[in-house]
Amino acid sequence: MAEAAQAAEAAEASAAGEAALTTVTEAGEHVADHAEAAQYATGGEYIGHHLGFLTYGKLPDGHWGFAHTEEEAADMGFWSVHVDTMAISVILGLFFLGLFLSVSRKVTSGVPGGLQNFVELLVEFVQSNVNTTFHGKNDFIAPLALTIFCWIFLMNLLDLVPVDLIPLAVQAAAQDPHIFFKAVPTTDVNITAGLSISVFLLILYYSVKVKGLGGFLGELAFQPFGKWALPLNLVMELPAFLAKPVSLALRLFGNLFAGEVIFLIIALLGYWQAFLHVPWAIFHLLVIPLQAYLFMMLTIVYLNQAHQHH
Amino acid sequence: MEPTIAAATLIAAALIFGICGAGTAVAFGNLGGKLIESSARQPELAPRLQTQFFLVAGFVDVISIIGVGMAMLFIFANPFA
Repeated sequence: MAEAAQAAEAAEASAAGEAALTTVTEAGEHVADHAEAAQYATGGEYIGHHLGFLTYGKLPDGHWGFAHTEEEAADMGFWSVHVDTMAISVILGLFFLGLFLSVSRKVTSGVPGGLQNFVELLVEFVQSNVNTTFHGKNDFIAPLALTIFCWIFLMNLLDLVPVDLIPLAVQAAAQDPHIFFKAVPTTDVNITAGLSISVFLLILYYSVKVKGLGGFLGELAFQPFGKWALPLNLVMELPAFLAKPVSLALRLFGNLFAGEVIFLIIALLGYWQAFLHVPWAIFHLLVIPLQAYLFMMLTIVYLNQAHQHH
Repeated sequence: MEPTIAAATLIAAALIFGICGAGTAVAFGNLGGKLIESSARQPELAPRLQTQFFLVAGFVDVISIIGVGMAMLFIFANPFA
């Protein structure tokens, strides 16, 4: 009985006024033929469906294509690509580059337009942060910080787009109601880990470049207790060093993933969801830039450590 | 999902949420209180302190937010079910 009630509730929520309640024949089976009326048996299935990725890889029957169930996506193993994450993050990256490039081409020393003011504001904000936090000499850090901040901010900003809008649009465009689509790239741990591993490689590169390989390894091996306690030093320093990329990636992912799931849970409430969506979205107005800012600041702090001699 | 696993999952998720929330609440209370206190003592340092505050806030909430993410994962995509 409880299951049936739940099913009815979920169906009402996902239809969201577009279709009347249709009977869900069997749990786990989509009864609708087109995207607008796709039904979900339970609230968990609705959320699970929205947490799936548009995965491209080798299907069980041998040819290459998009996965339609979570099992298919899991069976693809390593050689599969999350097309939705890749496409949206690349598009947003190009948007950021194009916007800043076009503004820098038209930059004027006279009376600046609104867009130039905005870009100058961003650049000066990042510049002041880099100046106060980074004490080495490196022209690469400030552009890197600006790119990280703007790109992550844009990716996080998609969290404010209604959760069903982009997936339904993609499903309608693809004429296929069963494909997954996840709109917010930073809720994919692959993107956040990719970013943080890139930062980690930069930390390694600059550590070796500034201190030399011996200096860098010496810092890991001889640091807190001198050279006679080498194993103890390694035990203390290595986890702290390796935790940097992990915490960097999981902080961004965890914040955005939790936020996204709560948006999805609110979306299950049917017509009452607006009263909860608005406060949660307002709270997210704080979280979205804060996470982009934190990723940028921690990148600068870590690279500053990499540039400092001891 | 098997009832036993479902029940265990819900209890685990509730524990994760609760303990994460409690720890972070104490930390943020301390952090915010200290920020206001030191801003009141030396108002000219307030902007710099705020930068540091947000940085430390990021450190403070990382473990709990990872916990929340894990709890969400257990509820909606349980790897053991």
